[in-house]
Amino acid sequence: MTGAWPVGAVAAISVLQVLGVVVGGPLLVGLMRKVRCRLEGRVGPPVHQPLLDLRKLARRERTRPDQASWIFSAVPVVLVATTLVIALVAPLLATDPAFGWSADLFALVYLLLVGSVALALGALDTGTAFGGMGASRAMTIGALSEPALLVAVLALSVPAHSSNVPTIVARSLTHPAWLATPQRLLSLVAFLIVIVAESGRLPVDNPSTHLELTMIHEAMVLEYAGADLALVKLGESMRLAVLLALFADLFVPWGVATGPGIGHVVVAVVAIAAKVAALGVALAVFEVAVAKLRLFRVPELLAGAFVLAVLAVVSALVVP
Amino acid sequence: MTADLLVATTLIGLAAAAAGAAAPERLRTPLVSALTAAACGCGLAMALGVLSSGRAAVVHTGRLLPLGGLSLALDRFGALFVAVSAVVAVCAMVFRLGYDGHGLSSRTASCVLPLFVTALLLVPAAANVTTFLFVWELMAVSSLLLVLVDHRRRPEVAVAGQWYAVMTQLGAAALLAGLVLLATHAGSQSFAAITARSAGLPAWVRSLAFVLAVVGFGSKAGMVPLHVWLPRAHPEAPGPVSALMSAAMVNLGIYGIVRVGDGLLGGGPAWWWLLVMGLGALSALFGSLHAATSTDLKRLLAYSTTDNMGLVLLGVGVSGLFASTGHPSLALVALVAALLHVVFHAVFKGSLFLSAGAIQQATGTRDLDRLGGLLQRLPVTGSLFLVGAGAIAALPPLCGFVSEWLLLQALLHGLPSSDPWLAIVLPVGVGVLALTGGLTALTFVKAAGIGLLGQPRGAPAAEASEVRPSMWVGGGVLATLCLVLGVAPLLVLPSVLEAARTVTGSQLPDPLVRGWQFGLLGARGALAPGLLAIGLLVAVVLVAGTRWALQRAAVRRTEAWGCGRELQTARMQYTATSFGEPLTRVFEDVLTPAHDLDVSHVAESRYYVEAATFHTSLDDAFERHGYRHAASGLAWWGGVARRVPNGSVHRYLAFGLVALVVVLVVLG
Repeated sequence: MTGAWPVGAVAAISVLQVLGVVVGGPLLVGLMRKVRCRLEGRVGPPVHQPLLDLRKLARRERTRPDQASWIFSAVPVVLVATTLVIALVAPLLATDPAFGWSADLFALVYLLLVGSVALALGALDTGTAFGGMGASRAMTIGALSEPALLVAVLALSVPAHSSNVPTIVARSLTHPAWLATPQRLLSLVAFLIVIVAESGRLPVDNPSTHLELTMIHEAMVLEYAGADLALVKLGESMRLAVLLALFADLFVPWGVATGPGIGHVVVAVVAIAAKVAALGVALAVFEVAVAKLRLFRVPELLAGAFVLAVLAVVSALVVP
Repeated sequence: MTADLLVATTLIGLAAAAAGAAAPERLRTPLVSALTAAACGCGLAMALGVLSSGRAAVVHTGRLLPLGGLSLALDRFGALFVAVSAVVAVCAMVFRLGYDGHGLSSRTASCVLPLFVTALLLVPAAANVTTFLFVWELMAVSSLLLVLVDHRRRPEVAVAGQWYAVMTQLGAAALLAGLVLLATHAGSQSFAAITARSAGLPAWVRSLAFVLAVVGFGSKAGMVPLHVWLPRAHPEAPGPVSALMSAAMVNLGIYGIVRVGDGLLGGGPAWWWLLVMGLGALSALFGSLHAATSTDLKRLLAYSTTDNMGLVLLGVGVSGLFASTGHPSLALVALVAALLHVVFHAVFKGSLFLSAGAIQQATGTRDLDRLGGLLQRLPVTGSLFLVGAGAIAALPPLCGFVSEWLLLQALLHGLPSSDPWLAIVLPVGVGVLALTGGLTALTFVKAAGIGLLGQPRGAPAAEASEVRPSMWVGGGVLATLCLVLGVAPLLVLPSVLEAARTVTGSQLPDPLVRGWQFGLLGARGALAPGLLAIGLLVAVVLVAGTRWALQRAAVRRTEAWGCGRELQTARMQYTATSFGEPLTRVFEDVLTPAHDLDVSHVAESRYYVEAATFHTSLDDAFERHGYRHAASGLAWWGGVARRVPNGSVHRYLAFGLVALVVVLVVLG
């Protein structure tokens, strides 16, 4: 199904994608942290600090609360594994990656859901109030962001007659005017809101808080330590990187390799790194500028995203 | 050959019922279970024979029933439902060997259970109106008796039975009216003749018959607003019976709507299908919302049945809408997606209800707020429940994901359409599907996370121990199917496709790409569930291996962080109620929760609290606003009517005279 692409090139691209996400995820988080610190007048840790943290944590002892079952230890593995599969099949570097024909946007959404469900189960397994609190809030926000996400996916898929990501990307490369249509812009905003909600960034969740009443994501992973914590942190940063890369792919597709040449691939690597870094910086600047929303205001934000997504689909039909 | 099997299924089923009535108590349960399972085995063989050969199994005898006689003809569409019911019933029978309590081994229950299973297998085979109504009522009455087996010990069972009896009989009345209307206008009561002549019937007859069928069958499928019996009756029934009701009986509601709408009437105008879609969307949202906020394990599962049948109805409605707007190929895809979801729902819901029955047997409670920590105490049952929960939450690579994906594809590919109805309805359909999916994930994180993980919240959960192996086998087969069908949906997809083609009479070529991947023909992109599963497995092994290589020391058991408190008790954990609380608050307008906080103070000072009780409840809005008013209206009317016959003989004689005059006037 990979057409005229040589097997070697496809394999190399897949390996590059996976490695890029594994290394790039923590770097992205480091970059965003650095930008935030600078804007707040602090020097901040170096950009590669998250990688150093991971190395340190990976060698430390793993712990498990008395009451927890095997689920607790399996969760970090599932979280990272599902993200790895997404990194493998998504067309981050080339329009025709190894399993491109199966890179269905809906399937990717459901794979992300596996990771979210696993995290919530692990949190409940700790048998503490914090775990339950985080799981309950995260699942509520997840459930409410799902409609906006899937309808935004639909808005992107309708003009391409397919929910296959490589097809959508290839089509936006051949029809650049399509990127400026109202449905694109509307679904862009909806997508962005959902990414912020799904990856637990401000204004939905503050990733650097440890205040009991406001924690969502952090409350779920409080009990992890050592290598498990390393995996959880890696998984989170990979999810953020994959989401931003997918976003870049869908809305700013230029640079994605359309042919198997080495030049194409180099351009693609540089382009995706630049795009994700730019998005990360933009997100960090935005995070400095806004305050966290009250938990019960978040549904309004997500409902707004859903309305934008529906408008995007409707305008896709009115303005073909 | 298949006709012989049809006769054998019926006879063995009746023999099982006779054995239940006659066998001594010691032998009763194994004998009845074995005979019923044998009947299901015959039924499954027959269904597979019909599905593979395409030749209907026909049995006709003029004697056994009045009017049209007993007429059975099982085509591929019916065979799909027979196969599903048979598999669920065999698992329920194996499960039943280990299940005690709930009075299921009494003489009455042992006699009625095989009748219920036999009726489940015969409904899709009925080929004329009399036979259909006979087996349908047999199914309704026998399931009602099975719900009621425990009514002496628990008063709530009797209440559930009343709701079920009223709703099922109202539904049956609607069916009787609808089918008789069709039969009289078509001039024959055989389904084949009605199918042949229905196109020439007046439009109002067709529409009225369809609406009556939607009401009658919809109430059986748990369609909102006719669902009120379902969250009461399914939880109160004994474990294996709730599995049969929720995984097999509700499917027959879908069977009926498709059989009448697509089969007997051969499709209809767009508004029929918009009605079905609307009711399906309402059921999906309402069911998933209530499932997400329920704290009773089996009630939660029952609401989730309403939710899933709603999704199926959404698919059926979309399919009809496609057909009526000139997209026959997409109509077939949507119908296949809906039927696939029926099959998969039966598998995972059967597994979940059987595991829930085992949990109830082990702990004596279904209240999630008192469970917890069961995965370590019931490792097998707990794992089976987890698999079922993953499947219903549509997590790849389990089976629920495949049917939802296919339904989404059907909705997506219908969209670049010039038809305004489709343009409005399809995005809303995707939104409903997505919100339902999100809420279902929340529901089953709650069910599994609160019920199975963490610390036990009460003595019943803390002292629970693993149930008998026969109960694992029953649930285990279905849980295995969740995984197998999720990885290899093509095992059942061709049969589902043939079933959909049979009922719609469609001659279209196969609209699906098939191979080790599947998708829609002509659309780029497909799904390869098998490869996805392999990819996930490889990734899990890779990550786990890396973690092991980096840190080989055993995991140290520690105390969970208690926020600096000395004491961390199980009561500090989140409960099912608190887990659903944010959602309850978000959907306050729909759920209208009632809170009741009662604080009593110490006599000496108002500043010291002596005791506080908090009570919270969530009523079904339809029950509170619709049914309670209807019931009180009926009671009022009954009170009025009671004044008329006051015991005076003169008055009764006058009634007789008036009636005679009226009859003479009308006839004259």
